[in-house]
Amino acid sequence: MPGITPSQTVGPFYAYGLTPNGEYAWNDAFTNNLLTPDVTGDKIRIEGVIYDGDGKVVPDAVLEIWQADAQGRFADPQDTRGLPNSSFRGFGRSGTTDAGEYSFDTVKPGAVPGHDGKPQAPHIVMAVFGRGMTMQSMTRIYFEDEAANASDAVMNLVPADRRATIIAKKTAPGVYRFDIHLQGDNETVFFDV
Amino acid sequence: MTLIYPVESNAAHAPRLSPGYKSTIKRAPQKQRILMPHTLSETTGPVYGHETVRPGDHDLTTMHAGEPLGERIIVHGTVMDEDGRGVPNTLVELWQANACGRYVHVWDQHPAPLDPNFTGAGRTVTDAAGNYKFVTIKPGAYPWGNHHNAWRPAHIHFSVFGHSFVSRLVTQMYFPNDPLFPFDPIFNSVTDEKARLRMVSDFDLDVTEPGWALAYRFNIVLRGRNATPTENH
Ligand SMILES: [Fe+3]
Repeated sequence: MPGITPSQTVGPFYAYGLTPNGEYAWNDAFTNNLLTPDVTGDKIRIEGVIYDGDGKVVPDAVLEIWQADAQGRFADPQDTRGLPNSSFRGFGRSGTTDAGEYSFDTVKPGAVPGHDGKPQAPHIVMAVFGRGMTMQSMTRIYFEDEAANASDAVMNLVPADRRATIIAKKTAPGVYRFDIHLQGDNETVFFDV
Repeated sequence: MTLIYPVESNAAHAPRLSPGYKSTIKRAPQKQRILMPHTLSETTGPVYGHETVRPGDHDLTTMHAGEPLGERIIVHGTVMDEDGRGVPNTLVELWQANACGRYVHVWDQHPAPLDPNFTGAGRTVTDAAGNYKFVTIKPGAYPWGNHHNAWRPAHIHFSVFGHSFVSRLVTQMYFPNDPLFPFDPIFNSVTDEKARLRMVSDFDLDVTEPGWALAYRFNIVLRGRNATPTENH
């Protein structure tokens, strides 16, 4: 067996390839808006800032999210429970601004079964890429207004004093804040997956 | 914990903290990562087929009014998983500098000319056997600020999706026998030599088109569900 191809940083100059966003002569395959006209469920915005170990904002990160729809179904035939009932794809990509900011417009995901068959708390999987990152770091976005967080199997693997780093705070109706700290006392929990 | 995609496969990757590559020092997470079981959230992933890719998106030499300057090349290969199976219908994106080593990115201040006929981005979808093919220009080496007299070996950035969100890979393809290899901390951040050399493409005379373009083969191996650890892990 060949062994996998190692990851390498996206570097600082990914934008015209991955997130041209109208600034370059190339079209976007993906954007930070996951909403489709026929999508059902609660529309939400997730926004935040990414910080490095000095507390400085990171203006050259790429964030990707992958999530189920509001019914808790993935737009992937490997989810054999049946496909979503809308054109929602569940994947989004965002670069960061000069101020280290990102945002996604999406729907709040429904519950997805865990490895033990029990429902997980609603969550979004996030991959963090960037200059100075040899490979993506994987985290999860949970929501502070979900009682199911307390019994979530993955959440319970995280030391209690670090759980707040992966729970998005509701800052306005339909708006959640999820900041990312690559290092420091509030370092975001990253998973080995 | 037994995982659906064995986590041992990740041993091929560079350490997140690779101090020779200075930007990792303040950006590599330092606390213990949490090992977790794979759930449907990890074992599924975005499925993007041909609707994302327009005809011609794989040919970076025909996207503008004229032909770009530089050495025309064919870059092709197979996207496969660790079990040796081709990964069909998966999106492959790439971006790169032009023949002079200059990116169109607004932050690139390297004093080398931009080429009005070259943007440097492309995408394609693998065929039923996992094969892909691009036509492009050989990128130039370029300087960067990591240390005195730092130059990146010529490389093409690749982004590949694969079967699941845990098989997602962003990497860089290099060209054989580049004299800059020993001096590049990004290339050498991958400490396992066998793994590192998997990022180097092979010159491919068979696919070279006479009178038109040299060819390079770059196979991309993604994590597989049934992988067994190999000796270079
Ligand atoms: Fe580069």
